[in-house]
Amino acid sequence: MSNLVRVTINEERCKGCALCVRACPKKIIELSKTKINAKGYRPAEVTNMEACIGCTACARTCPDVVIHIEKD
Amino acid sequence: MAVLFEKTKLLTDKQFHYCPGCHHGIIHRLVAEVLDEMNLQGKCIGVAPVGCSVFAYDYFNCDMYEAAHGRAPAVATGIKRAVGNDTMVFTYQGDGDLASIGTAEIVHAAHRGEKIVTIFVNNAIYGMTGGQMAPTTLIGQKASTCPTGRTEEWSGMPIKMSEMLAQIPSSYYIERVAVNNTANIAKAKKAIAKAFRYQMEGKGFCMIEVLSTCPTNWGLSPVEAIDWLENNMIPYYPLGVYRDKEAE
Repeated sequence: MSNLVRVTINEERCKGCALCVRACPKKIIELSKTKINAKGYRPAEVTNMEACIGCTACARTCPDVVIHIEKD
Repeated sequence: MAVLFEKTKLLTDKQFHYCPGCHHGIIHRLVAEVLDEMNLQGKCIGVAPVGCSVFAYDYFNCDMYEAAHGRAPAVATGIKRAVGNDTMVFTYQGDGDLASIGTAEIVHAAHRGEKIVTIFVNNAIYGMTGGQMAPTTLIGQKASTCPTGRTEEWSGMPIKMSEMLAQIPSSYYIERVAVNNTANIAKAKKAIAKAFRYQMEGKGFCMIEVLSTCPTNWGLSPVEAIDWLENNMIPYYPLGVYRDKEAE
């Protein structure tokens, strides 16, 4: 069964603090190695959306409230 | 399509000016979510402090007021007594604001049993002004005004506001929480919701102390700062309920 959770990170508002990286129980979030946003931060990105269990720990830990999570 | 998590409408779209990893953002969200869930948007007035959270009035999507440094409880007293018990009045203050210049105001607001909620963010340092030692700075902790670390001999022991205010007969509900992990974030939200409920029921003075990191002024990364908070702050500032008159 394919995973239907969709995590959307507002990359322009992300400050790259990595608290979501720390909070994710599946260890599927990391700071981007290729992108830098207009603020000069490396935004967080989900590396393997299929593995996401939709626990929302990342969103509830994010100090800038930039994570939105939906499930089909 | 089910939404598992979205930003509450009780926060405005303005971006937080806080440093990366600062816990103010998490605490703002918890307060805003509780206001939203309790349908208090048109029935609450918040009072912002001086300090890093001085712009809180830009972030909460409800009526807000800006008080002079440390005087938020006095301003909230006036507002509450003018608007009456149908309106929930809260202050949002840091430790430099509440535990230093505003100590008299918070102590007397508690003594009078003012029907307000204070959200007290304790990060053990002066953030906005550049990391000076606060009354809450821990022994051994370095700050710009104590570069070799705070000592008991020179500065005394860090002030424990929750323990102190819990001794005041008119205090109704005092709890210390932290937002260092998702379990504690859930507990913090529950505590804020309880305090707001007590206010809507016309009960007395409530304060929720929230331990917070200050990665920039502690000189640590946001993740290291959480470890520092867990290893140093929580042992000296134990989490828990210090006063709950309803439970007594």
